Amino acid sequence: MRREAKTLERMKKETAKTLRAFLIELAIYAVLVVAYFFLVLHFLGEWLYQLEIRHRYTYGGVAILLIIGQAVVLEGLTTFLLRLLRGRSE
Amino acid sequence: MFFPISGAHISPIYLAIVGFLIGILGGFFGVGGSFIAGPALRAVGLDWNFAVGTDLAHIVGKSVVAAKRHRALGNVDLKLGLIMALGTIGGAEVGAQLIQILKRAGNVNLVVSVVSIAAYISISTFMIWESRKTLSQNKALQRGKISGVSTKQDQSSFRHVTHSIQRLNFPPMINLPVSGVTISLWIILLVAFVGGLFSGFLGGGAGYIRMPSMVYVVGIPTHLAVGTDLFEIIISASYGTLSHAIKGNVDILIALVMNTGAAIGAQIGAISTQYFAGPKIRLAFVPLPLIGAAIVIYTLMTGHKV
Repeated sequence: MRREAKTLERMKKETAKTLRAFLIELAIYAVLVVAYFFLVLHFLGEWLYQLEIRHRYTYGGVAILLIIGQAVVLEGLTTFLLRLLRGRSE
Repeated sequence: MFFPISGAHISPIYLAIVGFLIGILGGFFGVGGSFIAGPALRAVGLDWNFAVGTDLAHIVGKSVVAAKRHRALGNVDLKLGLIMALGTIGGAEVGAQLIQILKRAGNVNLVVSVVSIAAYISISTFMIWESRKTLSQNKALQRGKISGVSTKQDQSSFRHVTHSIQRLNFPPMINLPVSGVTISLWIILLVAFVGGLFSGFLGGGAGYIRMPSMVYVVGIPTHLAVGTDLFEIIISASYGTLSHAIKGNVDILIALVMNTGAAIGAQIGAISTQYFAGPKIRLAFVPLPLIGAAIVIYTLMTGHKV
């Protein structure tokens, strides 16, 4: 019984630690994303708009490259933040 | 925030939250989530053509994140995904052509609505029956967290039919060592083609058809079906994005903003699959096609898109 209680206590601590790490990650991530909105999208907006009007095929290719590129970077960023905050491999 | 390509004013926070929710669904079930994203974009005033095209671009980004995570967990069969992508693209083209034929006949809305409602309800009913039967037969799977290799050892009450399909000898037979399956190439292509057909016919990625088909027809374990479906969606949705972008239906800036939320959601969804056995994932999947059916019934009855 005592061993089970200890295991339960350890699991609760682990869950609390994971949740805390996730909330910190979310806060850091939110700051980075807001900066991203104002910097990158602001500068890209006009260029992409012009590209969409004048060169549709190029725009299609650029759109796919951008969405895949951003996904890879964001996946790397979230994985890095998780590792950094939890101090172990995810 | 103003998005010049579509000319829409949409809150980036709203887009990120929608992306986050769809990301969780996508990471967990291996679906694109277009039945939520389309109406969600439409609700803030985006034209339908932009809602459809932009959603496809967003699906590409979200699927990259979720598929990378699933790959790290050993849940992606690359060989199967590449073969399926061929069938899906072919099916999507035929589905789009069928839509054009129905448009010319003047009854596209009724036919598409009836077909989709029948398909959604059939899938849900079958999956409720199968997963509940499997869960009751195998109490061991209900003991909570299952980790490591054991989560890949899937159980299904439909197994005997799947085995019969796998034994059909239509050469060439394809060996899929990652999934532990040897099956005719034509059956894989047929499953992918039907998924693509629904995608072209009803819109979206049609993961609600493909993921169950991979489990029940091809015999892929549920976790691998989710991960492989996501990998396959990257290829087929990229094709769809390119096609829509050329037609002027993609606002990539909106998709990029949605993807910031989806990147976190997709990781949470993908990691969560490790804590559930296959039949439980399939049972939890049931409401998704029903939501799709409810949306179509609402549209049919009111005459308005959601």
